[in-house]
Amino acid sequence: MAAMCSGRVLFCHCLAVLTLCLPMPLQAQEAVRLFGPEGAIRTLLVRGSTDIEMFAPVMQAFIDRSIDTRIRYEQWGSNALYQKSSEECQQLSASADLLISSAIDQQVKLVNDGCAVAHRSAYTRRLPAHAIWRDELFGITLEPAVLVYNRDMLSGDEIPLSRFDLLDRLRPNDSRFAGRVATYDIELSGLGYLFAFADSQQATTFGALLEAFGRTGAVATCCSAELIDAVAEGRFLVAYNVLGSYALARADIDPRIGIVAPQDYTLTLSRGALIPKNSPQAGTAHAFLDFLLSDQGRSILQKSHLIAIFDDEDMSDFPSALGAVPVLRPIPLSPTLLVGLDQMKRELFIRQWREKMVLQAVESE
Amino acid sequence: MKPEQRASLTRRLALSISLLLIAGGALVSVAALAYGRQAAQTAFDRLLLGSARQVMDSTSVIDGRVMADIPVSAFELLALAPEDRVFYRIVGHDGQTLTGYDSLEIPDERDAPDVAYYNVAFNGEPIRVIALSKRFAERAFSGTIQVLVGQTLRARNALAQELVGSAVLVVVLVGVSMAILAIVAVYSALRPLYRIESSFSSRDPRDLTPLDVAVPSELTPVVSAINRFMSRLDRQMEATNNLIADSAHQLRTPIAALRAQTELATEESDPAALSVSLDRIHARSRSLSRLTDQLLSRALIIHRNDSVVRTRVDLRTVAMETADEFDIDSQGRARELRLQLPEFAVWVRGDVLSLREACKNLVNNAFVHGQPPVALIVETVGDKVVLAIQDQGPGLPDQPELRAGERFVQAEDTANRLGTGIGLAIVQEVLKAHGGKLLFSPADRQGFKVSMVFPGDRYGSDV
Repeated sequence: MAAMCSGRVLFCHCLAVLTLCLPMPLQAQEAVRLFGPEGAIRTLLVRGSTDIEMFAPVMQAFIDRSIDTRIRYEQWGSNALYQKSSEECQQLSASADLLISSAIDQQVKLVNDGCAVAHRSAYTRRLPAHAIWRDELFGITLEPAVLVYNRDMLSGDEIPLSRFDLLDRLRPNDSRFAGRVATYDIELSGLGYLFAFADSQQATTFGALLEAFGRTGAVATCCSAELIDAVAEGRFLVAYNVLGSYALARADIDPRIGIVAPQDYTLTLSRGALIPKNSPQAGTAHAFLDFLLSDQGRSILQKSHLIAIFDDEDMSDFPSALGAVPVLRPIPLSPTLLVGLDQMKRELFIRQWREKMVLQAVESE
Repeated sequence: MKPEQRASLTRRLALSISLLLIAGGALVSVAALAYGRQAAQTAFDRLLLGSARQVMDSTSVIDGRVMADIPVSAFELLALAPEDRVFYRIVGHDGQTLTGYDSLEIPDERDAPDVAYYNVAFNGEPIRVIALSKRFAERAFSGTIQVLVGQTLRARNALAQELVGSAVLVVVLVGVSMAILAIVAVYSALRPLYRIESSFSSRDPRDLTPLDVAVPSELTPVVSAINRFMSRLDRQMEATNNLIADSAHQLRTPIAALRAQTELATEESDPAALSVSLDRIHARSRSLSRLTDQLLSRALIIHRNDSVVRTRVDLRTVAMETADEFDIDSQGRARELRLQLPEFAVWVRGDVLSLREACKNLVNNAFVHGQPPVALIVETVGDKVVLAIQDQGPGLPDQPELRAGERFVQAEDTANRLGTGIGLAIVQEVLKAHGGKLLFSPADRQGFKVSMVFPGDRYGSDV
């Protein structure tokens, strides 16, 4: 109990610091929280792009198992996290002990650049091939790219269950969806770029969808939270390719939010975890990684919606009322992700995307 | 006596097969390693080439800039080696990096062909790189673009190891089967020897008949040698038995007679009669001595026939040596023995001692039964060589050709008991051993002639 109390106190303290520091542009870490007793022998430094609130339970569960370990979790923006980690890797300076990022293309780049150490255990061996690369990068979550809709404003047949449905809804000239569909601005959002790039490889539907978006004046905006907020408030009817973990967490507390995993195919992303080669607490990092991959860790991540459940009738995050179990298309942890990171490829892809989408800036509130 | 024990055949075979397998295995493994590396190299170089081509094909000039729209499939090709890191770089005409990894090495430009493969270390890991070159000649841009694509070696090495592993497994399997086959072969090859062994151990010790055991052709010489050895043993045993029987038979009568005469002599009181009696005893004992000589000589001949190595012998030497022995007789009188020898050597392959013994016996017979002068003649007739003895007597009565040479056949004239049938028997033994024949020429103007005819030793002829 003492540990938890001190954690809360620290959390509050950190928030205060964070608020003070927020205007400073170089402040890369967005939030920090410490888990575990103050007098612990060692402190595991975990840097991640995941919201502290969503990731806290699994860290707390790990800490509860040992009395001498503490976790310092720093929440970073994914680009800043990549920059920082890449610098630490090249300068051979002490780094974080575990990096967890949804920007799996950047994580693949770190591994490709030789910044990670290998980790092999009974848990890594049972990972599917798309969720592990070189025994150095591990997909610890399963997060679908979903359609988020406003339940007050859409019901029954109006709810698009697939990309084809969405295209159909946007086709009529007087469609009420016109101008009220949103997605990530792929130039501003790394995740949006990752999903869009994956979409472009999956099906021709994506090209048609982009054209429909452009024709009907769909909105591209920055972030998951912003998209979900706008849908909840009714400014948009549907948001496309929203990260499922955030949407599901939000839907738990906001009844206006409805979620669909597209029936034609659902992209899934496995947040990549790696142990940097200069990790000072590598031993503990290995243990924590194994905990994240263990049944206990996975079940906690499921409760946080970081591992989405599709095929379990009782526990599914996607009730069968909204159609059959979707076809999952995992984005594999593989060097093919490097293509999307290529500067020229990115420039060309964004140019094509922009040419199809007619962008409407959204006034942020 | 225990025969000297040499290393076991099986062990020697196992040793040599092991050496062969180890050497062969090492050789095959080295070859497999080279082959495996080569095969893996070729396979994965093709992936690199395919990938680099796709990257190269994706380059185009847009607004005066060279742009590469790298297709994902190019990297999917490389991801067929799922555990390998991937590096790439597109280099512009002025050597600056258009995109990709800045620090990836470019091959030496001057002699770089359109496609070049090379190995470098990158980020602390060895990688294989392909460099493709392409010339752009457009209004907006002109120059050579290079595409470098590199990959770590995990999948290559894994494939090479797999190939080598399978090859080595095959080698090991072949080796083990060869070893088993070899052991089986040794056992089955040695089985005839065990058959010979058991045939010997089950046989009566006095049984010297030839072995009748089915053996492979390789062992036939061994069995033949054993059989030859046994038949020699058989002959010698037979000869020994004959000798004992002969000796017993021949010696018993004269010894009994000698004893009787001695007994008579001891009872004789008349000095004149005693003197006669002593003369008889003397004659008898000389005859006995000669008989004993002949018996022993015959035993010697029989022994030598089977055991002495034949050499080249000049028959003239035999004749001269014989003549030397007969220069004076037992009473010290000079004898009339003539030698008729050719001027060239007359070679025969044989045993000097046996030949001399035969010759001696014939000469002796001539002196005892025939009429002097006795001539010793050496001559060649066609490809035969002849050693003949001629005397001036009437020859042998009663068709002696038919019986002469058989044991115990004696000329009728045995009054002074100096001649025995053993002489001719010795001659016959010697001739048999030398492949020769005994010929009797009927008495004529020149007298009676006994010829020993031998096959000439062609290679020894001086003619």
